[in-house]
Amino acid sequence: MKFWTALDPRLKGIVVLGLLVFFPFIDPNAAHLNFLADAATFVLLALGLNIVVGFAGLLDLGYAAFFAIGSYSYAMLASPQFNLHVPFWVMLLLAPAITAIFGILLGAPTLRLRGDYLAIVTLGFGEIVPQTFLNLSQWTNGPNGISALDQPVLFNYKFGLQTLPYYFVGLFLLAVAIIVVHNLQDSRLGRSWMAIREDELAAAHMGINTTKAKLSAFALGASFSGLAGVAYASKLSLVSPDNFQFNVSIFVLSMLVLGGMGNIYGVIIGSLLLSSLERFILPQATIFAHNLGFMSLDFSNFRFMMYGIILVAIMLFRPEGLFPSRQRKAELHVAQLDAALASQEQSLYNEAAP
Amino acid sequence: MSILAIKHVTQRFGGLVAVRDLEFEVDAGSIVAMIGPNGAGKSTVFNLITGIYKPSEGQIEFNGTQIQGRSTSAIAALGIARTFQNIRLFAFMSALDNVMTGRHTRMHATLADSMLNTPRARKEESRVRERSHELLKFCGLDEHANSYAANLAYGPQRRLEIARALASDPKLLLLDEPAAGMNPNEKNDLTGLIRRIRDTGVTVFLIEHDMALVMQISERIAVLDYGEKIAEGLPDAIRSNERVIEAYLGKPA
Repeated sequence: MKFWTALDPRLKGIVVLGLLVFFPFIDPNAAHLNFLADAATFVLLALGLNIVVGFAGLLDLGYAAFFAIGSYSYAMLASPQFNLHVPFWVMLLLAPAITAIFGILLGAPTLRLRGDYLAIVTLGFGEIVPQTFLNLSQWTNGPNGISALDQPVLFNYKFGLQTLPYYFVGLFLLAVAIIVVHNLQDSRLGRSWMAIREDELAAAHMGINTTKAKLSAFALGASFSGLAGVAYASKLSLVSPDNFQFNVSIFVLSMLVLGGMGNIYGVIIGSLLLSSLERFILPQATIFAHNLGFMSLDFSNFRFMMYGIILVAIMLFRPEGLFPSRQRKAELHVAQLDAALASQEQSLYNEAAP
Repeated sequence: MSILAIKHVTQRFGGLVAVRDLEFEVDAGSIVAMIGPNGAGKSTVFNLITGIYKPSEGQIEFNGTQIQGRSTSAIAALGIARTFQNIRLFAFMSALDNVMTGRHTRMHATLADSMLNTPRARKEESRVRERSHELLKFCGLDEHANSYAANLAYGPQRRLEIARALASDPKLLLLDEPAAGMNPNEKNDLTGLIRRIRDTGVTVFLIEHDMALVMQISERIAVLDYGEKIAEGLPDAIRSNERVIEAYLGKPA
């Protein structure tokens, strides 16, 4: 363990990437690869949301909206729907640009808002977008969604319905995303986000254009969900408004809370944990219960209850998440210390009172 | 030559006149203080200079350009840096990161540079890191470089705010009650630090309640009471000015 932590982060990254590249040859189980390919999408989403919420401190409860916009961009531009067939690889550049523009469009009117108020507006945006896709039925087929999306082709190799190529695409996108987030974290822009999170007025006095910095956080965060949307839509070959409801925003936010906001690796682990809870742990628990004779029990129905329990438990026992950034840990522990001191003072005061 | 000229500035908040027709100039390369009882409008003057408020009337000129009404970040970029009366550090960033953030306006890395960590960005980062270490040392904070700002004691926090402000290579440094809450030793160090800052060519304009410190380092003093300038001059003249004594102690019965 000590050896591992002492390793250069770049080397660590190469080791992990190498292991993941060889993983399909060690474990060719399609269900496992399928799970990992899907999980990659959600890790991308979590990394994007982490830029907005974890770095810049802007609470966004409607992040699924950008995921929807990314997915629908692919669905509309690469399917028989309008008979447009933009190649998958071009869409990987185009969709992030489209979602980034929507990120700015959402960000611009909310710049003056903070905390709860911002959360409510983003929540509204998260509701409006799927509703819009639902109701623009002449373009989106309404509740039926858009189907038969183009499947990616690399040179002459058709991805089709196989799992392996999507796994590698997911891996590739993740590697790019992690490098970018890593770079951002210790950069001029990353510092300006954190400065805004800590104290917006002081940040402005450092010459940080807070408007521009916040918009860039919204835009970059949204662009990650553009990537995720393309990966998701092309793999599923189908999009419908149901896939982007409020629970998706909460699902992704829970990943951040569970893993540890602000810390790239915490966020990744958090999203893998929640994805596997949904895909493996609950179904396995159901099978187990069925074997025990409780035939009517289906743990998958308890999904949201489980998220709720996890969120409450994390808040009670480890508010900084499982793998917190150093910052957040310190922040929450100072808050606890302050609270402890305050309650101590209060009790002294109560004792002193006649 | 004056680096900062406040010309007939008035600031109203609804019916309250916080600053009334203020005229004041700060000479380049000097140490100037503004004093006055609590609520006299001193911090409002700083907030007007740094663009938090837009003056209801009047102009503020910095190096000959009018700056009233410009955004806070634009004014910072022109070369005005400040500290705050109630410390406003980036609490959960390291001391070093605080100072590096202070350099923001003099850095050139674009969004693409930041995303891709280009050689240009890397070079700039390491230059800024080095410079920030120097500034921490200059302010006597070198052993705290990796501590969170929130974990520093009060005195070091005040000095860190100064280091952060200096990181932007300001021409004018505004210090809002830099000695508040400091013990006599720390005040002594602060006096030395302010002088050393001035010696590097930075003009210092401070608000302070500690009369001993103000009298010791200021070359000029302006006194504010109820938003109006009631006196201006050399420390000795201010010390014996009747209106000033009255403002602080009240009229003799």
